[in-house]
Formats: sequence, C-alpha cells, structure tokens
Amino acid sequence: MSAPVPMPRWADLVLLPAVCLLVALLVAAAVVAMVGQSPTEVISALVQGAFGTLRGLSYTLYYATTFIFTGLAVAVAFHGGLFNIGGEGQAVMGGLGTGLAALFLSHSLPVWAMLPVMLAAGVLFGLMWAAVPAYLQAYRGSHVVITTIMFNFIASSVLVYLLVNHLRPKGTMAIESVTFADSAKLPGMHQALAWIGVEWPASPLNLSLVLALLACVGVYLFMWRSRAGYRLRAVGSSPSAAEYAGINSRHQTLIAMSISGALAGMVGMNEIAGVSGKLILEFVSGAGFTGIAVALMGRNHPVGIIFASILFGALFQGGAEVAFDVPGFSRDMVVMLQGFIVLFSGAMTYVIAPWVAAALRFLPGARHG
Amino acid sequence: MAETAPLAVHMQGIQKRFGAVHANVNVTLTVRSGTVHGLVGENGAGKSTLMSVLYGFYRADEGAIAVNGRPVEINNADDAIALGIGMVHQHFMLVDTLTALENVMLGAEPHWLLGKASATVRGKLEALIQSTGLHVNLDTLVADLPVGDRQRLEILKALYRGAKVLILDEPTAVLTPQETLQLFEVLRGLRNQGTTIILITHKLKEVMGLCDFVTVMRAGAVVQELPIAEATIEGLAESMVGRKVNMGRVEGSQRAAGEVLLEASGIEVRDAVQVLRLSGIALSLRAGEIVGIAGVSGNGQSELLDVLSGLLTPSNGALRLGSESFTPASWLDPQTARRLGLAHVPEDRHARALVMAFAAWESAVLGYENLPHYSDGPWMAHGRMTQATADMMERFDVRPRNPSLLSSKFSGGNQQKLVLARELGQKPRVLLVGQPTRGVDIGAIEFIYSQLRAMRDAGCAVLVVSSELDEILALADRVIVMNQGRIAGELAIADCTEAGLGLLMTGGNA
Repeated sequence: MSAPVPMPRWADLVLLPAVCLLVALLVAAAVVAMVGQSPTEVISALVQGAFGTLRGLSYTLYYATTFIFTGLAVAVAFHGGLFNIGGEGQAVMGGLGTGLAALFLSHSLPVWAMLPVMLAAGVLFGLMWAAVPAYLQAYRGSHVVITTIMFNFIASSVLVYLLVNHLRPKGTMAIESVTFADSAKLPGMHQALAWIGVEWPASPLNLSLVLALLACVGVYLFMWRSRAGYRLRAVGSSPSAAEYAGINSRHQTLIAMSISGALAGMVGMNEIAGVSGKLILEFVSGAGFTGIAVALMGRNHPVGIIFASILFGALFQGGAEVAFDVPGFSRDMVVMLQGFIVLFSGAMTYVIAPWVAAALRFLPGARHG
Repeated sequence: MAETAPLAVHMQGIQKRFGAVHANVNVTLTVRSGTVHGLVGENGAGKSTLMSVLYGFYRADEGAIAVNGRPVEINNADDAIALGIGMVHQHFMLVDTLTALENVMLGAEPHWLLGKASATVRGKLEALIQSTGLHVNLDTLVADLPVGDRQRLEILKALYRGAKVLILDEPTAVLTPQETLQLFEVLRGLRNQGTTIILITHKLKEVMGLCDFVTVMRAGAVVQELPIAEATIEGLAESMVGRKVNMGRVEGSQRAAGEVLLEASGIEVRDAVQVLRLSGIALSLRAGEIVGIAGVSGNGQSELLDVLSGLLTPSNGALRLGSESFTPASWLDPQTARRLGLAHVPEDRHARALVMAFAAWESAVLGYENLPHYSDGPWMAHGRMTQATADMMERFDVRPRNPSLLSSKFSGGNQQKLVLARELGQKPRVLLVGQPTRGVDIGAIEFIYSQLRAMRDAGCAVLVVSSELDEILALADRVIVMNQGRIAGELAIADCTEAGLGLLMTGGNA
C-alpha cells in the first residue's frame, strides 16, 4: 500500500495521514456549521471528552484496545496479500470461544489458569474461523474477500443461535449467558494499577490493553524479524518472486489468515473477559470493520495501528460525549465524522497524496524523494 | 530534406529534475524533417525522460520546444497528438480483447454508433495500409496477433491519429532479425513519404543501418549529435559509455567441456488449456561450457527455464541434476534445485528475481533465506544478511551501495547485478540465466559477460537464454535454437551465422 506518488518516507508515514485527518475534520466542521452548530465547540467537546479526563482517556483506550486487535488482524493478512474483511466474524467467534471456555471452566479453574485458557480458546476459534476461507482460497480458488464477508454473517448467526437456544438461562428474557465466575474476569486497569499503588478511575479499560500492545510487538517481530514473516511478505508483495524463491504461497495464505483470525479472536478478552463478564450479543459491534480503516490509516504497521486505534477510540468516546453535551448534536453526526475520517484517510488517501507531494516539491529542503 | 525546411522537432535547453536526479541537463535536440533520427544512450541517460517531455508525460523544468518551427506548449499526450507527434512504446499499449481495428479507433471513434465509426476507420486504415505497407489483419483480436503485427498496429495507430513525427522506443526488442528488417523497410518508406522518425535504441547496428542522424546522451546530457556518415559503432559506444568497451567474443580457456551436470530428455509441457508449450526437448549441460538458447521470445524458452529450475512440472520427461534424477511425478522444486547447486537468474527481474517492495538486503537473500549463515533460529540474521549484501554490492559494483534501499529504486542494470551477485555467490555447479542483459547498460553488459565467462572457466555448466542473437554469439560455446516449443537445431559456435540462426528461429532450415 505504498503511495504511487514519490514522497519521502516521513511524509508518507506522518504528514499524509495528518493531512487526511485535517481534511476530514474540515469537511466535518463544514457539515457541523451547516446544521447550525459551532464546529469549534463540537471539536473541543470531542477532544475534551476523549482525552480531557482520566476517565475519558480510559474509555478511549478501552475502545482502542479492540481496534488494535482487529487492525493488526487486517494488517497481517494484508502483508500476505490478502484482504481479510472477516475480522468482524473472527472476533465474534473468538469471543464465543472465550465465553464458552469461561462458561464451562470458570467454576473449576483458578484465575491464573482460566485467563490463559480463555485467551487460547478465543485465539483458536478466531483462527479456525479464518482458516476455512484461507483454505478455500488457497486450494479451491474461492476469493477470500467474498468468503470472509459471508463468514461474518454465519458467525453472528451462530452466536445468536447459541445464545437464544442453548446458553440463555431458562426463564430469562435477555439474550445473554449467565455471568462467569470471578476467575474468568480479566482485571480492570484501575484494579491492576491499584495493586501498584496508582489511583485510577474505574472504567472498562482492562489488562487486555497490555495484551494488545504485546500483540503489536509480536506482530512486528514476526513480520520484520522472522523468516516466516519474511516469506509471508514475499508472497504478499510478489507471488511470482516468492514462487521463484521456493516459497509455497498456499501455505503462506493459510498462515497469514490464521494469524489474522487469531488476532481478531483476541477481541473477546477485552469485551467478554474484561468488561461484560458474560457472553452477550453485539460485543464486536462493527469493530472488525473499523479495523480495516485502522489498518489502512496505520499503514499496516503496528506503531501506526496503535495511533490509528487511539484516534478511532477517541472518536467513539469523544463522540459519545459530544452527543451528550452539545444540545441538538445527535449520535448520527458523530458517525458521520467517523465516516469522513475513514473516507479521507482510507479511500481518498491517494487523491490527497499527489497534493501533498506537489506541496513538498516547493519545500527546498525536501528534494531527496 | 532541404536545409531551409523548419526542424520537425527542436528541443532547446531542456532541464528536468526528479528530486536529486538531474535527468535532463540542458538538452538540445534538433530533428530535421523527414529524417530518421537515432537517440542512443545507456539506461538512465535521459532518453526516455526527454521523449516523455516531448510527448507530454512530463513537463520540463526549463527549456523550449518548437514543432515545425513553431514554439509549443505540450502539457499532455493529447497536446502532443494534436501537434502530430505519435509514440510507439516499448511495451505495447493495446487491448488484447479488442480487434486490431477497434484498437485503432479506441478513444478516437468518429461516430457514436460503432458500426458507422468502424466503417469510416476501416476505409481510412485500408488506405493507410496500402500506402505504408504496414500490413495487419484488421479483424483479428490483438491477443491472436504475432508480436511483429502488434508493432505495426501500434505504428498504424499513431499514423491514423495524424502523426508526422513518430517516436519509437526500442522497437526491435521483441522482433526476430527478419521482422526487424521488414520493420526497417517500412520505416524507410515512411521517411520517404515525409514522416519524421525518432528511434530510441541501444542497438548501435540498427542506428548505423537505419538512421540519418544520431544523438548520443550520457548522464542526462547530449554528448554528441552527428550525421550517420560520420559515425562508427565503436565511436558511438565509446561516447555512450564514456570509455572504450569490448562487446565482442572472448574465447574461454580452450579445454574441452567436462562431465554432464544436467541432462534433460523428452521434456513436454502443456499449459492450462492443454496446448503444447514444450515438446521433445532433450539437452545436456556440461561442466565448463556455456550453452546458448536462441529463439524469438515466446517459443518455449521461458517454460524451459522454469522446468529446469523446478518452477514448472512438465507433463512428460526426465531430468538428471548431478546424481539425482527426477520424473514428473516428483519433479524438483526450487529449494531442492538450489540445494543441488543449481542457480537460476530468471528472465523477469521485476516479477521473479527481486521483490520490488523489499529492501535490497531482503531481495539479496531471496531463496537463500534459510541458509544457516543467514539464520538465527527462526529469526533473520539481519546483520549478516546486510553484510553479505554489502559484499555482493562491492564485488558486482552495484550502485548505490546501500543495502537498505528499496529494490525498486535501483536501475535495471544494478538490479541485474544484484541478482547475479546473489546467484553466482552461491558457487553453483549449474547456472541458468534468462536474458542476462535485458534492459542493462552497455558498460554493465561487458561486466556481466565477463562474470558468466568466469563461471564457465571455473567449471560451472552455464545455460544462457537470450533473444539477442549478438549476445548468444558473444557468449555461447554451443547454440541450441528453439522454435515453437521444440529444438529446431543445435550448432557448435563455429558453425553459427546470424542468417542461419535467424532462419532456424523462424522455422526454416539452416
């Protein structure tokens, strides 16, 4: 996904996303002004809501955690030359795995054993859910974009079916499982920080943020330091050169999608183990798709994905605050703002790239593209 | 060609920079009306940039252009076409799934009803074919046209759009010697009818045979512009490269070839739709010899290289590599081939030999990434890999010497040198080389030839596939000619003549 326009690396990595974000904000500000609100008021409420308080910041990071998982999932597949649209379904199945492990084992296992088992179950379920489309692409030629989209619907239907018909306690109306035993609860960040004597407001933010950051490090090491990652990138960048090198591209398709699904499958650790404490519907709620925008904006690099996740986390959190604080400013306007950011930092990047490149040419110091 | 006639093209003081690269340095080009003007220079000398400026792909930073004596602004290809400038690119710009006729009118349909439009275009084209001798069957799909016909079609397309100045970029790269002669006949005819032709090429023989004037570029600047009568091949080569070069044959140490290291027999390959691509191929490679495979591109040479290097499993045949034998049921794969001491420099540098999006050091270990020397358990031994790449760059003079630079940022010649450094550095016993110098500068060609000869002299069995006859004649000890997937003939180098090989290549008898 390197820019077709020649540009110094720093501009491609930092300047271009910043300009895209700015353009998105300007367009959004114009729409906000059109509906009779003050753009500055809305944006300051948004920033204040997302970063202004420790509690707001915690919510931002909590949302970001999920986006890191799904963003990494998209990025890993992308480096293998695959467009994994199925992060949503893989996250649903991963959460289901995490939840099932907790439902069946949380009464018999202590917390130190329970949490790894839940993580492993989530990873395994997500992995399997991505491996099937990967197999179909590698050995049967069914395009992974189509199959993963379809698998999203299947995953969400499986979850609904299981919750409605099997996991819901008899006699309840809510479509959710019973609450797990305490051993299946991932400690919140405020609890963890309290152990080391730091006071932090209670929020959904939990230790899976640490897991997400470890996943970023792991993806970096795998992708750019290991031989397996090298082969994966070789297949993704040039299938014919990889073939020449003796790399089996079918295996690489399976590996890329499996890792991708495993990462998406970790979403359950944040949403199910970290927050809800029971299996519920809609715990992914579009994060799998937001992951595509996150990976796009983060240039498929773990560091970029962390920043893009925080941006989207801030939009979710700050947006909710704006809808609450600014009278007459509905939640839909926030969704619109998110839409502009996805549009400009994703789809429109290469419309904006030539402008940035042209602007750079007028800078005397930048003549070494 | 009256001296008073205005210049067809006059480019004056053209300056063009790309970042730090000064691609055109104060270039002045004068092309007289009704002449064939050769534009020669190594890759990166600025020829393509200059022509892109003329054809409106780039805008010059400074300088002026006049066409037929009138100063003009050329901002895009449409402007160029309106001024009567046409360009035939090295890689044809044709739509395979349309007929020849449809390709010509594409984008210039004279009527919104296709039936009417094609009737009009057909009439004009037939007249044009009559007057120029550019014979093409207008109703054939481009996909089914032979390469020579496609080229003629490209020229027709430019002429149909009113080109009075025709730019041809390396037009003979894909043609047989016979097709080249035909093309030159047509071009001479066009010139005599008043068309001005600018020929971009690196084949100096063609310049001498066809052009009236020649401009030599080096490092972005014009170093020479002279009438062909005053030019010599040696002189042009020297001014292109900036030093004396020897492209001719250098005999190896005269000892006889040694043991057979690779032996293939009865190789047959069918493609996805069961069309025979290779049939009855039998050949052996001996230690200490260079075997040249001559033939027009697309006559099975690529498939042969793929079969011998393990990229393609034949439907029939047998292969012995060193002491191991292979049958189609368990054909060798590229990794096994490497393990058995077979190195392969593929024809297609961009698609196969390098990963363009990789840093040079990553491309320089491609295929060898699991050598113990390059590994730290599951990790890439980054330090040793970049060190090895730096060594390769030093030994093969790859520029710039920067192992972290993206593979795509090197020029064609430097990419090729990096690939050769990688493959030759493994001290292979058998070396397969496809198109060793395609898109490579004259200076680098000389170096690559000497490296290949050194491999032979060290006892390696070398197979060179090339569509350039001169290259085969300069390198090979033994020549195999391929035509339509079969071996059309095998000759000792002493028995080879250009005419004889050309005949075999096109299916005649030597």
